[in-house]
Amino acid sequence: MFAILRRELLGFFSSPIAYIYLAVFYIFAGYFFFTGPLYWGFTQLGPVFSNLFSVVLFLIPILTMRLMSEDKKHRTDQALLTAPVSLTGIVLGKFFAAMVVYLLGLAITVVFAFVVAVLAAVNWLSVFSNLVALLLLGMAHMAICLFVSSLTENQVIAAIGGFASAFLLLMLGSLKTIVTGDILQKIITGISFSDRYSSFSVGMFNLADVVFFLSVCAIFLFLTVRVLEKRRWS
Amino acid sequence: MIEVKNLKKNYGNKYAVDDISFTVQDGEILGFLGPNGAGKSTTMNIITGYVGATDGTVTVNGHEIFDEPMQVKSQIGYLPEQPPLYPDMSVMEYLSFIYDLKKVKLKKAAHLDEICELVKITDVQHRIIKNLSKGYKQRVGLAQALLGNPGVLILDEPTVGLDPKQIIEIRNLIKDLGHKRTVILSSHILSEVQAVCERVVVIHNGRLLADDTPDNLAQSMSGDHRLTVRIDGPQEDVYALLKSIPQVCLVDKLGAKETSAFEYLVEAEPGVDVRRELFHRLAEHGWPILALGASGLSLEDIFLQLTAQSDTPKELSDDIQVDTNKDNDAEEEGE
Repeated sequence: MFAILRRELLGFFSSPIAYIYLAVFYIFAGYFFFTGPLYWGFTQLGPVFSNLFSVVLFLIPILTMRLMSEDKKHRTDQALLTAPVSLTGIVLGKFFAAMVVYLLGLAITVVFAFVVAVLAAVNWLSVFSNLVALLLLGMAHMAICLFVSSLTENQVIAAIGGFASAFLLLMLGSLKTIVTGDILQKIITGISFSDRYSSFSVGMFNLADVVFFLSVCAIFLFLTVRVLEKRRWS
Repeated sequence: MIEVKNLKKNYGNKYAVDDISFTVQDGEILGFLGPNGAGKSTTMNIITGYVGATDGTVTVNGHEIFDEPMQVKSQIGYLPEQPPLYPDMSVMEYLSFIYDLKKVKLKKAAHLDEICELVKITDVQHRIIKNLSKGYKQRVGLAQALLGNPGVLILDEPTVGLDPKQIIEIRNLIKDLGHKRTVILSSHILSEVQAVCERVVVIHNGRLLADDTPDNLAQSMSGDHRLTVRIDGPQEDVYALLKSIPQVCLVDKLGAKETSAFEYLVEAEPGVDVRRELFHRLAEHGWPILALGASGLSLEDIFLQLTAQSDTPKELSDDIQVDTNKDNDAEEEGE
């Protein structure tokens, strides 16, 4: 697993992908930080984090698009699958490599918090809870996009699939206001990423939400392993 | 030791591998021969655990690939048909990654240097893989298979894309490696298998057609003693003379090869050597022998014969059946 993690990190930073991802993420985060707390002079970082929700959803597919698909295309999966490594190890190695880059992006918000701290008192608990929210959201969507990437050998298709899933997750939030029927509404609220995310960003630390994001992550990582396993037998 | 028993793999209704069994002893180099699409790569992919078998077992040094995949995989070095290279890495970065991936216990720097030296890629070790020529890529692929000195080597067409000098180098390397390890090597180049392998397994349409040493195969297939003779003399008279030798059962005119010299195929009865008899008889008439050679079957001939025989109508559609029958008829007429 660690060999794969190292190799994927090397892959990220020896290609433009990691730099582009980080640059775009920093630009968006910086923009929200400047137009929010800095410009209007408030110490709440909440708005910055809630704006980052959709940015993260759309940027993650860029990180994951080539992770699984490229192996299939270059046939490097033959090296991975014939080496003494478990399928879970392969998938986790790739997942954590993408998570490292993702966390490097998130780290900028900590810088923002310190900048605000110089000027005024910061609600550190809120910052922490927001960071956890972004982390959980990232993990869940990363797993979904990794799964999409494992289904194809074309990075572009993997990216488009990831964007589609981002759209879907965004739309789920607004869908619940349109649908009628209690059960349907409940289901949509239940799987809506934005609802669960926003409860974090207002500072509510709900165990159910934590479990939800972790479960989504675990399920899609598991499905990715199954895709690799299935390929052996088809 | 590798034991393959009743191996089957089907994709839908099509059998890519159909009931193949063979054993490779320690220190043996086994050649895997077959036309494109015969099932060589599929069999190798199953042995290395890349794809699962529909039925049958593969045991490597006592470990079954399905039950104990980790033990098997850690003993095998595999060079697939297309070397599994990350194009954006440098050769050293890549080999170092594979070293970690395989969890090799040897001293890293020394071992990587040794392997690079062995396949002669030391001078390109800092270059990015995508910029390498096909021959170098192939050698990097071979290097990754050799990392960790695995006891079993599975090489799928290892000399593809190399120039003749490199081919000879790699063949010699494989021969050397074969003294200490178990090697399976696939190829559709027959001379390669003949040069390197101690035993040959021929597969076609997913089925095993033959399993023997190259020489035995040649003998069993050619059976009779066949000679090609080039004789300086009038064609019809020489032909009549050759026919009159009692032990000769078949003479065939192969046409004019030099001025006033013609070539003949002479087939004697099994186990009979007619060369001396030929010399004396021709000398009586003053017709010199310009060339005399054994016309034993080459591996090519054996291969073609075996694959033609195996094209039994069972699996083939009707229109193809007609074609193969024609081919068979043509061959019989030829003989």
